[in-house]
Amino acid sequence: MRLDVPSDLGMVGDAVELVASHVPPGTLSPRRISFNLRTALAEALGNAIRYGTGEDPERVVQVHVELARDFVRITVVDDGHGFDTSRVPDPTLPHHVDREYGRGLFVIRHLVDDVAFNEKGNGICLTLRAG
Amino acid sequence: MRFTLKKDKSGVVIVGVEGQLIVGNRQELKQKVLDALEEGSRKFIIDFSKTGYIDSSGLGVLVSLSKKIREQGGELRLAGLNADLQTLFELTKLDTLFAITRTAEEALAAF
Repeated sequence: MRLDVPSDLGMVGDAVELVASHVPPGTLSPRRISFNLRTALAEALGNAIRYGTGEDPERVVQVHVELARDFVRITVVDDGHGFDTSRVPDPTLPHHVDREYGRGLFVIRHLVDDVAFNEKGNGICLTLRAG
Repeated sequence: MRFTLKKDKSGVVIVGVEGQLIVGNRQELKQKVLDALEEGSRKFIIDFSKTGYIDSSGLGVLVSLSKKIREQGGELRLAGLNADLQTLFELTKLDTLFAITRTAEEALAAF
């Protein structure tokens, strides 16, 4: 499944629902589809639209969904410059906890089984294994 | 996705979040609460009992609202988190920033 999502934060919810509704029952539990997949994908799309494409309505974010018997893999790629994921601070440190931003990647890492980035840093691959 | 606001007879504003609180709708929630704050309300409960998921932008707007309400001498309480949302708040340590109760009724009684 491939989607081109307009660079509009208002489209994130609809795109997430579209992807979630196409994940067949069986591979992931309904609970993981309802929460882990939806939240992680919303994070990835929000980051790509806000930081990758700068909410430019002329640009799109590409989503590729691979459905297998024992995993679901979602790749989100924007056409931005990418970012260095190693420089994202831990949002749970005492002096960061009351910040309004900076939790997205932390949340994603806790919701999916594997997170990978492309070399440029403008693409993220989320893998949720069966269960 | 829908936000509902109702005011209890004691003046506590109870905000219901139906669906999700994410990057695409957080500003709508923020504006509704700020409008009520501007109109004089000081005690707020956000009820997540009908909420499926919250992303980090949604969490961020809760942090922002909590600060703004406290600046005006008020308080924001959260209620109705399901097990996954409760875990999300614990992972991010936001459970240390907010007063969280099992139900909106419990939050109301605690004011």
